[in-house]
Amino acid sequence: MTNRRQAKLGRRGITLAAVLLVVFLVAGCQATTYQYRWSYFFDSIFRPDGLIIQGVLLTLSISIVSQTIGVILGVFGALGKMAKSSPLRAIAGFYVWIFRGTPLLVQISFIFYGLGVTGIYTWPDFQPLGQFGKGAVQAGIVALGVNEGAYMSEIVRAGILSIEPGQMEAAKSLGMTFGQAMRRIILPQAARVIVPPLGNEFNNMLKTTSLLVVISVPELYVAFSYKNATAFAPFELFLAAAVWYLALTTAWGLIQRQIERRLGAGFGGSSGPSLRERLFGFRATKPDELPQVSGGR
Amino acid sequence: MSEPTESLLAAIGGAPAPSADTVVEATDVHKYFGRLHVLKGLSMKVQRQETVVVIGASGSGKTTFIRCVNHLEKIQGGRIFVNGHLIGYRDANGRLVEDRERNIARQRQEIGMVFQRFNLFPHMTALENIIEAPTHVRGTPRKEAVATAFALLERVGLEAKADAYPGQLSGGQQQRVAIARALAMKPALMLFDEPTSALDPEMIGEVLDVMKELAHEGMTMIVVTHEMGFAREVADRVVMVDDGQIIEEGTPEHFFENPTHERTKAFLSKIL
Repeated sequence: MTNRRQAKLGRRGITLAAVLLVVFLVAGCQATTYQYRWSYFFDSIFRPDGLIIQGVLLTLSISIVSQTIGVILGVFGALGKMAKSSPLRAIAGFYVWIFRGTPLLVQISFIFYGLGVTGIYTWPDFQPLGQFGKGAVQAGIVALGVNEGAYMSEIVRAGILSIEPGQMEAAKSLGMTFGQAMRRIILPQAARVIVPPLGNEFNNMLKTTSLLVVISVPELYVAFSYKNATAFAPFELFLAAAVWYLALTTAWGLIQRQIERRLGAGFGGSSGPSLRERLFGFRATKPDELPQVSGGR
Repeated sequence: MSEPTESLLAAIGGAPAPSADTVVEATDVHKYFGRLHVLKGLSMKVQRQETVVVIGASGSGKTTFIRCVNHLEKIQGGRIFVNGHLIGYRDANGRLVEDRERNIARQRQEIGMVFQRFNLFPHMTALENIIEAPTHVRGTPRKEAVATAFALLERVGLEAKADAYPGQLSGGQQQRVAIARALAMKPALMLFDEPTSALDPEMIGEVLDVMKELAHEGMTMIVVTHEMGFAREVADRVVMVDDGQIIEEGTPEHFFENPTHERTKAFLSKIL
């Protein structure tokens, strides 16, 4: 019961905050001499031009591809870190150490400009994909993906470690190899633990793509800064950019909730935080806080 | 043979025929956990269709031993043969060299194991748990695996629970599914590691009943348990393990009427 009351209070709080924000904005608008051109704001949202649409699509596609690379590298990174062989552990450890220990901005610049100028890899355009196949886009995807992989390694590792060892033993006793047991038994269960933080990572990724401004990838943020360079309406335009990002992350929050529902099969009840928790204050779920799933009752 | 679902073993196509009369032959097995010497030259033979019950105090090494039989634990000395195959190792001029993963996995297909904590796969239904290894390890066609699984579920009295997830089953039901899961691989040998120790008392009977049926039908079994009633009724032979060695073995009658070893007497007086 108290939960429902708290939810009600929370809902009122959010509504109140939103109303106050609008009031302050309107009041602030009136208080200064700045000439507001709200058409820039509304047009960017309701009648986006090619630049903005391309920016949205680039942000989305770069995020999806980079996150996918990140998850794949994360699985290998996690398995590497837990491997019996010490060279494998060393390689995985080195990878995570480097990419978590240096700024993403430095990694992006190094991978695109550093490798390009020296001729180690010059990032040629992939013509058939047009703007989406530009060398800078490829470099951005690689940089974001490899960086994300380092973080995902830790998340995947925690997920795998949260599965009790009896599961691996049961799989082995049935004649499965380590690889089969991982694919069929361990990772599907770990996925349930991994998905909430993975969703958080993807939410971050949608916003972090804006760092690709340093290598001039015309994603969402760059699209708006181009517009601002000619129109000089930073208040209206960057407010519109924020709305676009918010739309992307909100849509993702809804999708993620569906994914978590489906992964909850066999574990009873709804799993993971509610939509509201997801949107207005993400509660990271530590693996050791999850309910024990096996054993007698 | 009668109806295919008349017995547990009929459900998996009859009692598997081991290639030798001696299913398990363990000689002088040594096992260390770090510096702790857990198995100190343990030797044991199990004949085809025999049910051997292993008893002993906790920490005596009885569970460790059966985990060595399917190579869930490495051994540091001795040899374990199942159906004439050296388990887990290759013999390189008298030295043990761990075998390739693929070979170990293949050997384990012949050895079913039932765990104390069931270890069912929680993300799969009872049916999926049972057909998982036949379809993905043995390559049995799904239809055939499902038919076998239903026959097994019927025999353990759980055909209505085929689509239930382990989390929706009681401990006793989970353990019966776990037994069916192990049997679905048509093993030549079944290992039971304290299969009723994690169960509420009222559920122990239903699991023991399945195990009794299996023993009577001629499955070769090694059972680690504290259930002396089961040992008395079902065991062909009882083995007492103490401090990593077998200190006494014999028929259930021998054990429960006149045990000879002091440690056996002390142990049985505490447990009976």
